Amino acid sequence: MAQNQIKNMTLNFGPQHPAAHGVLRMVLEMDGEVIERADPHIGLLHRGTEKLIEYKTYHQATPYFDRLDYVAPQNQEHAFVLAAEKLLGAEVPERAQYIRVLYCEIGRILNHILNVASYAMDVGAMTPMLWSFEDRERLMEFCERVCGARMHMNYFRVGGVARDLPDGLAEDILAWTETFPQMIDDMETLLTENRIFKQRTVDIAKVTAEQAFDWGFTGPNLRASGIAWDLRKSQPYDAYAKIDFDIPVGKNGDCYDRYVVRMMEMRQSLKIMRQAINDMPAGPVRCTDPKVSPPPRAEMKSSMEALIHHFKLMTEGVRVPAGETYTAVEAPKGEFAVFLVSDGTNKPYRCKIRAPGFVHLQAMDMMCHGHMLADAVAVIGSIDVVFGEIDR
Amino acid sequence: MDPALNDLKVTISAALGAHVLAVEDSVGELIIRVKRDALLRVLAYLRDDVHCQFKQLVDLCGVDYPEREERFEIVYNLLSLTHNFRIRVKVTTAGDTVPSVTGVFSTAGWFEREVWDMYGVPFSGHPDLRRILTDYGFEGHPLRKDFPLTGFVELRYDDEKKRVVYEPVKLTQDFRSFDFLSPWEGQPTQLPGDEKADAKGKGA
Repeated sequence: MAQNQIKNMTLNFGPQHPAAHGVLRMVLEMDGEVIERADPHIGLLHRGTEKLIEYKTYHQATPYFDRLDYVAPQNQEHAFVLAAEKLLGAEVPERAQYIRVLYCEIGRILNHILNVASYAMDVGAMTPMLWSFEDRERLMEFCERVCGARMHMNYFRVGGVARDLPDGLAEDILAWTETFPQMIDDMETLLTENRIFKQRTVDIAKVTAEQAFDWGFTGPNLRASGIAWDLRKSQPYDAYAKIDFDIPVGKNGDCYDRYVVRMMEMRQSLKIMRQAINDMPAGPVRCTDPKVSPPPRAEMKSSMEALIHHFKLMTEGVRVPAGETYTAVEAPKGEFAVFLVSDGTNKPYRCKIRAPGFVHLQAMDMMCHGHMLADAVAVIGSIDVVFGEIDR
Repeated sequence: MDPALNDLKVTISAALGAHVLAVEDSVGELIIRVKRDALLRVLAYLRDDVHCQFKQLVDLCGVDYPEREERFEIVYNLLSLTHNFRIRVKVTTAGDTVPSVTGVFSTAGWFEREVWDMYGVPFSGHPDLRRILTDYGFEGHPLRKDFPLTGFVELRYDDEKKRVVYEPVKLTQDFRSFDFLSPWEGQPTQLPGDEKADAKGKGA
């Protein structure tokens, strides 16, 4: 009997799929249950952030960064303000540096909680999601207390932060860092040795160190492949140089290792937060150069000079000297960077946003090849994608 | 600049002299401008040489300078994990094809699609050069400086046709852009006529 030629089936995954973590459309070429080729179609959430930033002053541009990776907004703002400060040559007071580190680590935990929990839900575990959102809410409360917004903080400024921590907040955060390890332990008892979870993730989408370099992996995904690389250690910015923490690394580079690395990173983040609060010096939270940050309210009531500076900064904004910089931070998802070109005016000439998720999602084809359809869901969960930053 | 980076600058200039147009630095970051046809060789050298080891292409993007003869600048940001360096490689084009670097770094694939989408710079040898971020069937290249911020079309759901339709943009108020370049700061330090006052001051 002549062998029948069976044509591969093309399957549309998303854009309305609960495991797509947003608006991902993936065209999958299936040979039976096995994925032959994965072609992610992105851009369904494209808002033209880079174009909009070219028409906004530096001050007006920071809120756009909250809306990129809306799971950990402060880390994105951090990259942009660091880039602008680098071009300006602005000095950031030490207290502001520590506050930024503190809030960046809050952002990292916000991100990792959401990722691990939703990843677990994708592969069948419901409880972590329900449990961990309680702590996510507590963290967002800390964000609200310092700047008034739960998620889109717009708290970091070129030259420092918007305002100082209110009384009692640092103590409350410190108290929370003592209770949160219990939640991590609880989540680990549910997942780490869970047979179903391990069956779904161990040895799925293994990425070797060579592949990780070739595909531009950064952050937890790179570390899961066994490379101890963390920008907070290797190219420290703000107060990270003075803080002691470890870099968790994986061994096999599979979905399970990526999960474990994130869990370990949360514990390290708590360690950093405690140090940041304990070592935080008193002092100003914004750079004192009147050409960069506005003068205090009280001074404006009596000084003409201060009033003019305030007016100029609020209308025209900061004028950044001509030049260009590529400034990267270790965002929870990987290396988040801003390539900022200034032409000496009050608006960026070009602001390219390097989103880690964009690069990781690109490797879907390489990672999914030869795996089953259900594994695609585990892979998407494990590489931690958020479409706000991928589509920009 | 960092002394280690300065050594790297010397090494690269010596090894790639013929292909490199200029070596610059901006706020302590090393930038090399290379000829378009030597791009692949330069990137392969930077990736494989023991003194460089730039194993990661972390970013690739375009910049548009409409007033220049070759208006587009394609920027490659490389990272060396072994030596903890960053370097920026630049090529320029007036819209002619740029060799695709997907053969050197797989990660360039989507980045090049993005540059094609946003600036309309084609890449030769790219396996799959489609638009990536804009809508299916989009026309124009939105990040070019001559593309208006508001775009040309807007879309809405048409209840009669039961589908999404594109229409020319209608704004109730034109987009306003304020010119903050102060006329006072752009002036030469001496205004016409001022020299008379100086001359008189000296004479008296």
